[in-house]
Amino acid sequence: MIEIRNLRKAFGANVVLRDINFEVARGEVVCLIGPSGSGKSTLLRCINGLERHDGGQITVDGDLVGPTTLPTVRRKLAMVFQRFNLFPHRTVLENVAEGPIHAQGRPRAEVLAEGKALLARVGIADKADAMPAALSGGQQQRVGIARALAMKPQAILFDEPTSALDPERVGDVLQIMRDLAAEGLTMIVVTHEMGFAREVADRVVFMEGGQIVETGPARQVMTNPQEPRTRQFLDRVLNPL
Amino acid sequence: MPEDFIARSIEFLPILLRGVVVTIEVTLGALLLSVVLGLLWAIMGRSRLALLRAVSRTVINVVRGIPIIVQLFYVYFVLPEFGLQLNALAAGIVGLGLAYSVYQAENFRAGFESVDPALVEAAQSLGLSERKIMLRLMLPLAVRTALPPFGNTSIMLLKDSSIASTITVAELTRAGQLLAVSTFQNMTVYTLIAILYLAMSLPLTLAVHHLERRMKRR
Repeated sequence: MIEIRNLRKAFGANVVLRDINFEVARGEVVCLIGPSGSGKSTLLRCINGLERHDGGQITVDGDLVGPTTLPTVRRKLAMVFQRFNLFPHRTVLENVAEGPIHAQGRPRAEVLAEGKALLARVGIADKADAMPAALSGGQQQRVGIARALAMKPQAILFDEPTSALDPERVGDVLQIMRDLAAEGLTMIVVTHEMGFAREVADRVVFMEGGQIVETGPARQVMTNPQEPRTRQFLDRVLNPL
Repeated sequence: MPEDFIARSIEFLPILLRGVVVTIEVTLGALLLSVVLGLLWAIMGRSRLALLRAVSRTVINVVRGIPIIVQLFYVYFVLPEFGLQLNALAAGIVGLGLAYSVYQAENFRAGFESVDPALVEAAQSLGLSERKIMLRLMLPLAVRTALPPFGNTSIMLLKDSSIASTITVAELTRAGQLLAVSTFQNMTVYTLIAILYLAMSLPLTLAVHHLERRMKRR
């Protein structure tokens, strides 16, 4: 569904992605792991055109990602952000309805009804009329996920969705993501949650220094990595002391 | 003395109140024009086109660098030579509106710059068009930030509407001047004028405060 070929991205002289190749099949859950600054988030942001890539190509459901195709590509992809990025001047329900009504032009009443159902699904039906600032981080991220789902996307890109959360609330959000994975949603998840990567991902991609070091079935990469660098990273993350 | 003041006030107030009406006309007209033009300069200043950014920067620097009174003289006395004849009231509104548009542009610019780029990215990822992002995200958030300085600018504009007296607009200051010259009651007249300006600026301050609070709640 998503194909990345020879992707290259540089900020000035600083090359942050070099020769990235991988693909994501429909219904697949892929976790991108690796140290900070390894290019995981930049890769994710290139896929929906928030960053413009400098070389290679990305196709999303047959559409080549580029300036002219961005509206089409963004109709197929939704994104969940580390810092939630909810619109502070709109209620929770309005946040969820913003894309479907104002980007997709769908009928308001229908979208609002669906939005309420989505909020119920992520467990915050009672917050529909609240402003985002009145919500906890965990609740805000659930709104972020509902906002992404409201787009009825073919895939959702998650950019470290639990990194800004209270440790006690991380589990709630991961559980919602796990349910979505079980329902067959295509997901690319940049994460530091190794348990999630091991249990939920179909495939794990380990990146460092703008390159893919190792990729393979989640269990294999997480429990029996082939590359020494992957082994070292996982060992340090899983046994920090 | 106080009795005299009250007696004269009763006599002068109707004349001065006609000036108040004109002052309000000039202020509101110029305020509206300055907001429209100021928003235009601010949006042009954020354009991807270098030409539009250059026009915006030039207008702001030129207009900001010329005294308002000279701008009014220019609109009222010089533009007719180019075939654009405005009556005094219209010239006052155009001149003050243009002069103040550059301050409004700076208010809006600060407002736009206060919008978190991450929110724009969220809107882009939802597939919102640039126009929708401007109208539904940037503008409402920018206005919140721009509101306190906007209140300040509005009060300055109200006071500076007195400059229109120099091109014969019969606003409060000019009405008062004429009255003072013909009656020699300087103290009464200018005290009344000061009170009348305060009576206009204080409600303006309160209205802006009220708006600020309402927007914070939302």
